[in-house]
Amino acid sequence: MIKGYAGKFLEVNLSTGKTKEVRFDDETLRDYMGGRGLAAKILWDRLGRKWEEVEPLSPENVLLFLTGPLTGYYPGARICVSGKSPQSNGVVGSTVGGEFGVELRCAGYDGIIVTGQSEKPVYLFIKDADVEIRDASKVWGKDAKQTMTLLTRECRELLRKRYPLFGEWREPAMLYIGPAGENLVRTAVVAAKWAHAAGYGGYGAVMGSKRLKAIAAKGTGPLPEVANMKKVERLIQELCDGVYENELWRRWGTGSGGYETGAKTSSEPVRNWQDEWHDEKSFGVDKFENRVWVKQCWSDFGCPTNCLKLSVVRTGKFKGAITDNPDYELQAYLGPNLGIFTPEGNVYMASVIDDLGLCGIQTGNVLGFAAELYQRKILTEDDLDGLKLKWGDAEAFGALAKKIAYREGIGDLLSEGTYRAALKLGKMKKMDLLPYAVQSKGISIGAHGIRSGKDYPDIISYACSVQGGDHTSTAGLPLDGGGSELMEIFNDSGVYCNFNGFGVRRNFRFEFYRAVTGLPLTRKEWCSRRAIKTLQLQRAMLLLGGPDLKWIPKADDVNPPRFYEPLPSGPYKGKTTDKAAVKEKTKDYYRAVGWDANGIPATKTLKRLGLDDVDAAMRKLPT
Amino acid sequence: MKKKKEPIWIAREFTKCSGCRKCEIACSLFHERRIWPEASRVRVFMLVPGAEFPHLCAQCENYPCVKACPTNVLSVSEHTGAVLVDNKACTACGKCINACPGRIPHMHPTEKHILICDLCGGNPQCVRVCREGGWNVFKKVARREQTYSLYARKPEEVTQDLCAKFYGEKGEEFV
Repeated sequence: MIKGYAGKFLEVNLSTGKTKEVRFDDETLRDYMGGRGLAAKILWDRLGRKWEEVEPLSPENVLLFLTGPLTGYYPGARICVSGKSPQSNGVVGSTVGGEFGVELRCAGYDGIIVTGQSEKPVYLFIKDADVEIRDASKVWGKDAKQTMTLLTRECRELLRKRYPLFGEWREPAMLYIGPAGENLVRTAVVAAKWAHAAGYGGYGAVMGSKRLKAIAAKGTGPLPEVANMKKVERLIQELCDGVYENELWRRWGTGSGGYETGAKTSSEPVRNWQDEWHDEKSFGVDKFENRVWVKQCWSDFGCPTNCLKLSVVRTGKFKGAITDNPDYELQAYLGPNLGIFTPEGNVYMASVIDDLGLCGIQTGNVLGFAAELYQRKILTEDDLDGLKLKWGDAEAFGALAKKIAYREGIGDLLSEGTYRAALKLGKMKKMDLLPYAVQSKGISIGAHGIRSGKDYPDIISYACSVQGGDHTSTAGLPLDGGGSELMEIFNDSGVYCNFNGFGVRRNFRFEFYRAVTGLPLTRKEWCSRRAIKTLQLQRAMLLLGGPDLKWIPKADDVNPPRFYEPLPSGPYKGKTTDKAAVKEKTKDYYRAVGWDANGIPATKTLKRLGLDDVDAAMRKLPT
Repeated sequence: MKKKKEPIWIAREFTKCSGCRKCEIACSLFHERRIWPEASRVRVFMLVPGAEFPHLCAQCENYPCVKACPTNVLSVSEHTGAVLVDNKACTACGKCINACPGRIPHMHPTEKHILICDLCGGNPQCVRVCREGGWNVFKKVARREQTYSLYARKPEEVTQDLCAKFYGEKGEEFV
């Protein structure tokens, strides 16, 4: 067995109520590692043959919660949630920070595979080898905070009764959904710790479709044994020593972005991306720091960066709202993107989103989309059930977010996410609304624009990514460089936080992998034989798509129309994306990853990687 | 002449705790040579998100755990003031847990003995890593005549206090 793994996975069939242990051979673990890579492999093996027919929100979908061999060792633990995505109809490796992955590995499992659908609301309670499917009817319908409070109490009570001599039991780590997931909202998240979420992919809705409200895990064992503990310790120390020097993220997290990304790099969504520049000093990080942060350092397991800050609104009409920083993405999407430029309004929006179990990025995107339609009088007050959706009105946006989570009135339509809502509304209004939908492959684009050319994403980053608009998994060349999607596949398969991957030596992660697993791994091997397999599987399933939507290869590998409008103001006024350059770069990218001229993984590529069955499926795609 | 070791204490400031659990990692690596959160002598509780704090022995001035031990396997280190456990002799009866005002000791997850902070023989690893990262929840200080038992509080009680501080009047309802 390869070192660094617990060695077994827990499979739970919610239709039958049966659980079992599953193991993967060394070759599979070597090629796909864990997390995102292994998710792609499991999903292809189990659903690949009928992928186009699998409805993501049906019992047929397979929901995965996977760690990797580096989880808990590499500072900043996360867990990867995956399955067939109700947003892209492909596969997204969606990670969320916290202690869940560590507890799971200490309980003896590398991951959980959930199949079927429960008749009644349930939650999973894992205590080492003991796994129970428990009634969740008393927390069904509850928001994030109530759910965590009630289930933490219940689980600790159970532990206390069962192990009276242990002493005080700590809380189990928990993943859960809010009302949005229960109501199958496509922008629903799998959440943790009130304000953490696996957002991209829409797996909160998949969890809801299975009537799985939460998973609580308590593991009392050690993390799985590694090949060279001394070396792992040295690498952890090296990483931390570097991070301790990084004042930017340790002090402000990504929280300085809410102002800087607009003012400095002109790449922040402002009023549904009608602009990407603002110079609103009311949104400066000093305002957040001095007005709402009550805890400067908030971390997940083993993390030296503590990019999170605990925020509480102390005054005014939003008094009592609680969230983390918000981080840059939620600052932007639930701030300037909605015309909101105060920390209080922003924290309020983030707390509403957290409580409902919605994705701040993608719900912020669809709220902005709706508000622009209101601005253009395409959506009226009547359409919005009486809401006046004016830019900057946090209360109105909060009210609409609630409608989305409960699928009330217009919320039912918007709960389908920006892309599907644009199609449906467009039909109703008899006009093309896609020019206002800032998304790629059904996934809203993260809060980093490409028009100014001053932010990190490239002009093909979203268009060519196998995870669409996901800003944490952007496509770029060279394939073995820092901006390559193959490197993100490493982080998401390892499974740890990519924020602790900045500023380290070029091959640090591969050294870390070796110290944990005992297996040598070069950058070349990773890029040319391993991660590339994951990428091909993800691309294949994305192109197969279905059943409600399919992407047309090449024709859909494009930027949203808005990214071709000139920036209307700021230091980069007039700048826009060069269409011809996007075309050229897309061609280069296809060539580099071994796709044909239409963006379909080529036979030669797939055969070289031993993915012959994928090739068979690809040859059936219409071109 | 070799200087005699003075008893020490770990001063603690819970409101600064980031919840990073580096103290647990360091503690379990030092004592168990593994990363093993539940075998750590210091455990970070997060009964409510944001209200994380490390739960560890406060070395009460009257050492009620030592007095309560029916088999006399607990003793006080002359050098450091820490409670020492004779692991081999401990019967894992749990009487020390009930005697502790904060219910701080807990059982080793796989071995048959209690876990209590031993101050790492005078160089506490949790203090080292916490200060190294600048969180400074912990500080090693000289032990004085002080009511250290005030710091032996149950997890719920500490959580309630932190919630009241961070989240205001409604905060305690989250516990």
